[in-house]
Amino acid sequence: MNKMKLLLFVIAELVLNCLLVNGLALNAAAQAKKPIPPKVPQATATPSTAPASSWQKVPIPPLHQFKPQEPRRVELSNGIVIFLQEDHELPLIDGTIRIRGGSREEPADKVGMVALYADVWRTGGTKSKTGDELDDFLEAHAARVEASESADSTFISWSSLKENYDQVFPVVLDLLQNPEFRQDKIDLAKQQFASLISRRNDDLDEISQRESTKLAYGPENPYSRSAEYNTVDAITREDLLQWHKRTIAPVNMILGIAGDFDSAAMEQKLRQAFGSMPRGERVVPAKITFRDPSPGIYFVEKNDVNQSAIQLVDLGIDRHNPDYYAVEVMNELFGGGFSSRLFASIRTKQGLAYSVGGGVGTAFDHPGITRFSMGTKSATTAAGIDALRKEINGLIKGMVQPIEMKRAKDAILNSFIFEFDSKQKVLAERMRYEFYGFPPDFLEQYRAGIEKVTSADVDRVARKYLHPEKMAVLVVGNAKDFDRDLSTFGKVNTIDITIPPPTKAGKPGSK
Amino acid sequence: MKISRFRKLAIVIGFLSIALTLHAQDIASFEKRITVKKLANGLTIVLMERPEAPVFSFYTRVNAGSVQEGPGITGLAHMFEHMAFKGTQEIGTTNWPAEKAALEKVETAYAAYLKENLKEVGRDEKKVAELEKAWQTATEAADEFVVVNEFGEIVESQGGVGLNASTDRDETTYYYSFPQNRLELWAYLETERFLEPVMRQFYKERDVVYEERRMSVDSSPQGRLLEQFLRAAFIAHPYGRPVIGWPSDLRAFSATDATNFFRKYYVPANMVVTVVGDVKAAEAMPIIEKYFGRIPARPAPEPLRTQEPPQQALRSVLLHDHSQPLYVEGYHRPDFHDPDDAVYDMLSDLLSKGRTSRLYRSLVRDKRIAIAAQGGSYPGNKYPNLFFFFAAPSQGHTANDMAGPIHEEIERLKTQDVSDDELQSVRTRAKADLIRGLGNDQGLAVQLGEYQALYGDWRELFRQIEQLDKVTKADIRRVANKTFREENRTVATMETEAPKPKPTAPATGEQK
Repeated sequence: MNKMKLLLFVIAELVLNCLLVNGLALNAAAQAKKPIPPKVPQATATPSTAPASSWQKVPIPPLHQFKPQEPRRVELSNGIVIFLQEDHELPLIDGTIRIRGGSREEPADKVGMVALYADVWRTGGTKSKTGDELDDFLEAHAARVEASESADSTFISWSSLKENYDQVFPVVLDLLQNPEFRQDKIDLAKQQFASLISRRNDDLDEISQRESTKLAYGPENPYSRSAEYNTVDAITREDLLQWHKRTIAPVNMILGIAGDFDSAAMEQKLRQAFGSMPRGERVVPAKITFRDPSPGIYFVEKNDVNQSAIQLVDLGIDRHNPDYYAVEVMNELFGGGFSSRLFASIRTKQGLAYSVGGGVGTAFDHPGITRFSMGTKSATTAAGIDALRKEINGLIKGMVQPIEMKRAKDAILNSFIFEFDSKQKVLAERMRYEFYGFPPDFLEQYRAGIEKVTSADVDRVARKYLHPEKMAVLVVGNAKDFDRDLSTFGKVNTIDITIPPPTKAGKPGSK
Repeated sequence: MKISRFRKLAIVIGFLSIALTLHAQDIASFEKRITVKKLANGLTIVLMERPEAPVFSFYTRVNAGSVQEGPGITGLAHMFEHMAFKGTQEIGTTNWPAEKAALEKVETAYAAYLKENLKEVGRDEKKVAELEKAWQTATEAADEFVVVNEFGEIVESQGGVGLNASTDRDETTYYYSFPQNRLELWAYLETERFLEPVMRQFYKERDVVYEERRMSVDSSPQGRLLEQFLRAAFIAHPYGRPVIGWPSDLRAFSATDATNFFRKYYVPANMVVTVVGDVKAAEAMPIIEKYFGRIPARPAPEPLRTQEPPQQALRSVLLHDHSQPLYVEGYHRPDFHDPDDAVYDMLSDLLSKGRTSRLYRSLVRDKRIAIAAQGGSYPGNKYPNLFFFFAAPSQGHTANDMAGPIHEEIERLKTQDVSDDELQSVRTRAKADLIRGLGNDQGLAVQLGEYQALYGDWRELFRQIEQLDKVTKADIRRVANKTFREENRTVATMETEAPKPKPTAPATGEQK
């Protein structure tokens, strides 16, 4: 339940989120083959004394040679995979264990169980120490041990000064082996969870994101369903203990550790800690079926706003798809950055939105969500939908220009270095590939794949994956101020977002 | 473009425990890798060699923010920041001389329209419509010469990442990261946009900024609450005005206003530029100087005159909203140069940091009346600001339920000494957090730039520890007693009101 964004409430008043979907969560690999734009050759040590007269005349010397440091991979006989990444810049050691099994594997009548589990795993303490005692100990040492969850995994992560490693890592082991899930922390977490449910219709974007995800995947899909008062209320301590028993086994674990240590010594420590644990059973991923969304216009009334959140959604692709690279280039040129078509047309030229973007969704092991979204004043809601559709239709018609292709590919390839410019990033990528069963050199494949993409490929994938007539269009906004009635787009399906009250007597969250 | 709290964050984590050793992280090791140079035009360059990977990040910090605005131009500092992405006389145009002439016509037409539109006596609707049309026609003519977003396109296609900027009350900042071999290209691009900024597509961008206001304030419960909170807390000082600007001003200020703001405040002596990454001072500094030296020296702007008078009585704002309740209260506190600054930082950590913090333990864990509670300094640094307490009530509790338990915690601070363990814990965490912040180019560029700009020396990033170590238990009680007084308090609460079937007006009273 790491959704306590309210804690950060004073921080962001204005956020330029010009880039919304970051499709390239890909990393690391050799830099040697990187194309170097042929510019006026000039030695850097003796720069010309006069400033360049145009940006195109600025010399660009060859990039410094760079070979990212790969982490060392060790697989123990019980199945745990360990990555060791030495990094001696700072006296810190940070680690994470990713454990197979996440919220998509929880029962439909207990949605929220894995989120609650991750919260109370840490706050509920161990057999010998309460969570509060752990808090005191860790804070006094400026260390952190935290658990979290995603649709397919749980995580336990730790961070400490190097000098405290031998005191902090045992806390992690204790939580793995002897968690207690104390009832008072379960009650607290449930109360907080219920409070978050009660607040889920306050924020325009939160509503838009949640409801559009349900439209794309269907409301019952494990990737889109929401926790309700009843599903949270139904979760018991026994459920959390059972989940722990089912998932916490070396065969489900990928451990990554980075920092100021000697790899050989650290490997020994980790072998000692994990080597004798029984292998356990691999968590079987939930079998999930994906259907196309029901096309049409969907509407959520929110009468205390003056801006509409608009989303057009559809099913996307997974990254095993051979079209992945062409889709990445298309996403970059269409909805990527400052120079993308959506940004240029809808924001800069028409002034219709501050936030606009989107692309075909790409996830590792299931179809991502194709999503195009914008926020525009109530009085240009219909104009906004028209503008998004016009751009999508324009892309489908084809004729992507060579200049756009060059720009998009250059943007991906020239910034490629930032996929692996720190040892932590390289480690995180390797862990991700290990988890999803992608080859360790996937980043290199990615780069090569991007280089081969042609404008004909982009035209083809635009036709193949963009179907405006099949997309679900969601508007969250204040209908009385719209420029046109939404029914002019077709039958309007109104979504009732009233939060279902708990069926059991007694309000959740009350003491 | 976000309102950053980098600065405050940086200060909070700027404490070091002397007792603990900082082998690779002490000032001496940084001295070897950092070069500071003040150029002839007054601009300060801070350059740090960190060759972890062939990349670098930069951070341009202009010592001007929304505080520099006056009535009628609120939001202009942020608006200018958007304009800094519109290109130059070379980038973003097909024909600069022709575009320049066309843009001048836009300004003339806009001034005529605005004058008629704001006439207090004898305003002629028909004339307003005609003048508006003439302005729009002039705009369309100027648009003919635009190469849309070419500046951002160059940065991105050359491998730039994280291209963005931020405007706050105290300062405006610009940043992105580039591959190491684009250092000279960066120096070219970053200076070109501040040599002669072009007010291209200004009025369309003003619409974009207005959408930003709708998103971050009008359509956001927290945005609505905070705008009212600050408005109540400050009656004289510009900290009471929204950075994003008032709706009327966002519909009125002009490209000419933005240019004037730029000329007055974007002065080299008022700017610090930090570069961190795979750079060598001996090679990079001449390149940087070659380009940044081109910005002409201009007189530094006059300091702000207005000061917030001492608060005389409790102020309170109540918002009836469709959203769930929120509570915030604030007390005036001095600026960051005050000798007690470190005491406020200590208070902020004690009250808010992690699950051992006092507000979490009281309001969230024990009383279970809130799902989040924190305290700290807001909304600025350079001028006297506020120490705030915030809480989001848990289900079934009202905003007003938060006041009592918050005041209990305040009373504890006033009357009981904090423990030695708590003090030590704050110092230890501060040291570790400082170290954690030193591991990436962009974070370093921001922190070094902040400290160089605020204190005139990046070394203060490390030296603040001495201030923290000097804080005593008595200081904490003294400052709590001095600050947390009822007549120094402003409270803003949001209480839930069920939506009515037919609302009479949108929450923000927006014109159509």
